[in-house]
Order: sequence, then structure tokens, then C-alpha cells
Amino acid sequence: MPVASRTAELIQKHEGEILQDWVQAQMTAVTARPDLMQKAELEDQSRTLLQELKHTLASGDGGDIKGSAWQGVRDTLASISQSRARQGFSPSETATFVFSIKEPIFARLQRDLAKDLAALTAETWLINVLIDKLALHTIEVFQKSREDVINRQQRTMLELSTPVVELWDGILALPLIGTLDSERTQLVMESLLTRIVETGAAIAIIDITGVPTVDTLVAQHLLKTVAAARLMGADCLISGIRPQIAQTIVHLGVELGDVTSKATLAGAFAVALKRTGLAIVRSPQRSA
Amino acid sequence: MERIPILKMGDYLLVTIQVDMHDRLATTLQEDLADRIVKARSRAVLIDISALEVVDSFIGRMLGSIAAIARVLDAETVVVGMRPAVAITLVELGLALPGVRTALNVEKGMDILRQSLSDTVNGHHSEPVAEPADADAQG
Repeated sequence: MPVASRTAELIQKHEGEILQDWVQAQMTAVTARPDLMQKAELEDQSRTLLQELKHTLASGDGGDIKGSAWQGVRDTLASISQSRARQGFSPSETATFVFSIKEPIFARLQRDLAKDLAALTAETWLINVLIDKLALHTIEVFQKSREDVINRQQRTMLELSTPVVELWDGILALPLIGTLDSERTQLVMESLLTRIVETGAAIAIIDITGVPTVDTLVAQHLLKTVAAARLMGADCLISGIRPQIAQTIVHLGVELGDVTSKATLAGAFAVALKRTGLAIVRSPQRSA
Repeated sequence: MERIPILKMGDYLLVTIQVDMHDRLATTLQEDLADRIVKARSRAVLIDISALEVVDSFIGRMLGSIAAIARVLDAETVVVGMRPAVAITLVELGLALPGVRTALNVEKGMDILRQSLSDTVNGHHSEPVAEPADADAQG
């Protein structure tokens, strides 16, 4: 006997009824989100899933939901799960959508198989396991689509990562934006040191205007970068220290060592020019 | 036994490390260099490590102690040509070589040494490592 053949018959017979009960149950459940989804859409999703389930069960394939016969159901679940992830449903709300089909099916099973208790138990168990598997599959897809979003954002972050710009012959600037974690520090360090070799720069200005907070860890990463640049023979200046940051640095007792720090990039640039023996003068025509 | 050559050029001693350093080679270099600084009465040592692709903590410490030994013998040391990857490794190892002066390449390293030699010839040789401060130049 094919797996869950009774249920297949049952769904065939009472499809409309089951769908109605199911949608009704979902609308009244505590996990219902009328703010995120209209009844029409919910009904649509439910109908599609029920139809797929009916076809697959009727085809008499086993309970292995990873099998090719279940491709249709899996695809349906995947698309429902992805669209729900985008709409802002929580994972448990999405899983409940699948779980809630049990109730109407079980109710019908109980009615139709009331005389054959052994068959009822067996059938109930089979369907129970099957739907649990489907719900787990849904959660997996849901999680995966979330992870995709996170990965995409991470890539974007790294792409936005710090450019090293040449302010003047022998003077580099490194405008940092965002928090410095150890992975990012590594990237920043590598690009800075590579540019130092390329340009032969003697001074690098690290501008932290875009760094939201400077705690001990960030300071440590900054100092690491400074030390690495020094080993390559380049001096580092730190600029762009906002008033709040200065306060946090002092309150936390963060030690910036003997690194020259300036409030603004302009100030640091002036120091850099002086150290390289350059000066900016007003052109005589203009001042006259 | 394998040795790293130390070249004397006027007041300067030049060391170019062209082979991969192993620990024995490093200690030998340290001893040889101390001898040569005294014998040649050198005041400046330039160590070029641009060919070094791998620097472990031992070599890192060795560079620091060479600089310290040279300083005791009244000579200035500059380490030049460190590769970015090596610099990052040393920093990650916690070896920022605080007592060692560094430069990007041989040319810039020679500039630093020449500068510090001319400073000391003018009779201001008092501070061991610190940057030649502005106040010092004026005084």
C-alpha cells in the first residue's frame, strides 16, 4: 500500500472543505498577521500547497520529501517561505503556516476512519511525520534566504571598505568609515601598506571622522595599523577625532601612545606638510 | 659556516639579508655585527630585509636586539625594506619593534642615517632613540 494513500483520497474528496477550514484556522490563530498578508493571498498560498500535496500523495510516492516526486511541493514551499521572509514574517509564523494544515486533515481522517482504529493511528502518524518534515524544510529555506541577505550586505560593506588616497606627494590619507573589527583592520592594513610601497609615502593620515565609536578594541586596532606602517618606515597621524570621541577616549583610559592626533584632517595635513618640509603660501597676485 | 656578509662603506655598515633567515644565522649575524661595529668604529648600521618573505618571532626579536646592541655601542640602526605582509605579521605577533628605526627603502634609510650622523657630529649626541626634536635643532 502506498504511503498515506487514504489521505490522498481524503484530500481529493474534501479538498474545498479542508482548504476552507485551514484558511479559517489560520485567520483566527494567534500567529495570524493580517497586517502583513490579506486573506486572498493566504488562501492562494494555501490552495497551491494543498494541490501540490494532493498530487504528490496521489502519485503514491514514499514519504521521502527529498525525492524527485516532492520537487513540486518543495518548490512551492520555497517560494512561499521566501516571499514570507521578505514580507517580514517570523520563522515560527512561517512554520505554523505548514503545521496548521494538520488540524483539518486529522479531523477528516478521524471522521472517515472512525471504524478502523489501527488504520487511523497509522495514517495520522504518517501524515504527522510528513508535515513535520515539510515544515522543517520551509524553515531551512527561510533561514537560507535570510543568510543570503546578510551575505550580500557583508559583501557590500567590504566593497565600500576604505580607499587609500594620495593627498600629496608622499602623504597618504586613509578615511575610515564604520566600525573597525579585526577582519576589517586586516584589510585596511593591507591596502595601506601596499599603497605605502607603491607611492613611497613617508606619512599616512588615518582619519576617523566616520568611525562611530572608539573603544579600547578599536584603539588597539588603530595602533596596530600605526605600528605596521611604522615598520614600513611611514609615520602615522590620526585625525578627525570628534569631541564625544575625545571624551570617550579619556574616560575609557584608551592609550593612543605617542601617535600624533589632530582634531581635523586639515590639521593633520598641515603637520604632514611641515614634516616633509613643504609649506602652502598664498600666491602674491591674489593677495595683492 | 654560512654567514651574512657585512659591508663597510665609509661610516656605514650595510647588511643585506638575501637568504631565508634561520635561527643560527641570526645569532651569528648579531655577534658579527657587534664585532664589526667596534672594529670599524661605525656609527650607523643599515639592515635591508627586502628579500625576507618570512619573519618569525625569533627573527623579529633579533632585529630588536641588534638595534639595542648597536645603540649601546653608540651606533644608529635602520631597518629598511620590510614587506607589508611581514609588517602585519610582526604587529600581530606583538612585535612592533619600538626601539628600531625603519624606512621604506635603502635610499630613505641612508637619508635617515646621514641626518642622524650629521646631527651628532654637530655635538648634540645625547638622546639615543628619540626623533631629532625641533627643540634640539634650535639649541
